[in-house]
Amino acid sequence: MKKVTPPLTDDVIEDLKAGDQVSFTGVIYTARDAAHKRLVDLLDKGEDLPFDINGAVIYYVGPSPAKPGQVVGSAGPTTSYRMDAYAPRLIKAGLKGMIGKGKRGKDVVDAMVRRKAVYFAAIGGAAALIARSIRKVEIIAYEDLGPEAVRRMEVEDFRVVVINDTSGADLYDIGQEKYRIA
Amino acid sequence: MRTIDVSEIRDTVRMLCIDANTDLGEDVVRAFGESLEKEESPAGKAVFEALLQNAKIAREEKSPMCQDTGFTVVFLEVGQDVVLSGGSLVESINEGVRQGYRDGFLRKSICDPFTRANTKDNTPAVIITDIVEGDKLKLTIAPKGGGSENMTRVTMLTPSGGKKAIIDFIVQRCQEAGSNPCPPVIVGACIGGTPEKAAILAKKALLRKIGTTNPDPELAEMEMELLTRINNLGIGPQGMGCRIFALAVHLEKHPCHIASLPLAVNICCHASRHKEVEF
Ligand code: SF4
Repeated sequence: MKKVTPPLTDDVIEDLKAGDQVSFTGVIYTARDAAHKRLVDLLDKGEDLPFDINGAVIYYVGPSPAKPGQVVGSAGPTTSYRMDAYAPRLIKAGLKGMIGKGKRGKDVVDAMVRRKAVYFAAIGGAAALIARSIRKVEIIAYEDLGPEAVRRMEVEDFRVVVINDTSGADLYDIGQEKYRIA
Repeated sequence: MRTIDVSEIRDTVRMLCIDANTDLGEDVVRAFGESLEKEESPAGKAVFEALLQNAKIAREEKSPMCQDTGFTVVFLEVGQDVVLSGGSLVESINEGVRQGYRDGFLRKSICDPFTRANTKDNTPAVIITDIVEGDKLKLTIAPKGGGSENMTRVTMLTPSGGKKAIIDFIVQRCQEAGSNPCPPVIVGACIGGTPEKAAILAKKALLRKIGTTNPDPELAEMEMELLTRINNLGIGPQGMGCRIFALAVHLEKHPCHIASLPLAVNICCHASRHKEVEF
C-alpha cells in the first residue's frame, strides 16, 4: 500500500505503477461532466479555476445528499470516459491525478504519459463504504449543479488502485490479458 | 371489481424507492459471498469483500448502497378488474418518487437531455404498464444507475445469424462494457419481439432472482454457455482482471417478425436494485 497526499509531485507520480494499491489522505476535489465543461470554459477564457489545479487530484463523483449528522452521503466513483473530452486540457493545466472507474481514451492516456499524471480507480458502487473515508466536504463552486457541484473533500485512507501510470501501462488490459481463457 | 386508492400507491412507491436503494436483495448478497469463495485473484476477492461490507453498511445505516440512486423505473402489472380511485395514477407514482428521493436522501439524477437542467426530484419515473387478468396490482420499483444503463444496446440481427450471432453479440457487448458498468454484473437480454419490446423484456429479465434459470431448457442452456464465455473474457469484478465479471445471465425470448431477429442487451451493475409489492 502506497500512501500519498496531494498536491502530487512528479517524484510521487513516477513511483506509482499500474496495479499499485494506493491510500489517499488529504485534500481532493470533485467534478463530473457539467463541472468539467465549466472548468474547461474557464481555461479557454484564460480565467482562474475555483481551486489550484497544480498537482491536484480530481475525484469523479456526484455524492448522494448527506443525512443530518453525516459529512457526505454515499460517494462512489462515476464512469470516467465521459470526462475524456476534458481531461487532457486539465492535465495540461497541472492536474496530476484522476479517480474514477472504467477505461480511459487514448488521448487521456497519452496526456498522462506526456505530462506525468496518473489515473486511479475506486471500487464502483462501494459508495456507502467509501463515504467512511471522507472526513470533510465543502462545496466550492457551481452549487447550482447539485450533485455535480465542485467540492473540496478531505479524505483519510481513501483506497484506490492505479489503472494508468506514466509509462502508459493500463491495469485493465494487463489484468484481463492475464485472466482471459481463449 | 376491486378499488385501490392511488394514495396507497404513492406511499408504497415512496417506501420502495428507499428500500430498493438501501437494502440489497438477499440473492445478490449470497452471490457476492459465493463469488468471494470462487474468485481466484486477491484483487478480485478484495472487491467482493468490499461489496459485502458496503451492502451491510447501507442496510444498517439505511444509506444508499450507491450514490447513483438511478432512474426510477416502475413496472406495473394491473389486473383488468382493478379500479384506481382518488386521482391520477401517474401523478401518485411521481409523488411517491419525489417523497422517497427526498426523505431517503437519495440523489436526484434526472435532467433535460439538452440543457442538462436537473428536475431536482428524480421525476418523472419511467412507468411500464402491463394489463393482466384478475383484480391484483403488482408494483415493482427498479432504480437503474447511469453507468450500467449506458452499456445497453438494441440491435436487429439477421435471422440467418441464429444463436451464434446472438451469443457473439452479447459476449462482445460485455467485452466492450469492461469495467464501466461496475462489474460484477447481471446480464439481461431478450431475443425477439420488436426492438422496444425486446428492450423492456431485457430490463425485466434483470428482476429475476440470481440462481434461477429460465424454465425453457433451450434458454437455460444458452444462459449457462453465455455465463462461461463472458467470464472467460477475464474482465473480473471491477474489470481489473479476474474470474467473475457476471454473477448471472438472464435471457428472455418473444416471437418476432419473419424478417427480423431483434436482440436487446441490458447490463445491470452489482447494485441490482428492485423491490416489489402486490396489492
Ligand atoms: S453502475 Fe451501478 S454500482 Fe456503478 S456507479 Fe452506477 S449505479 Fe452505482
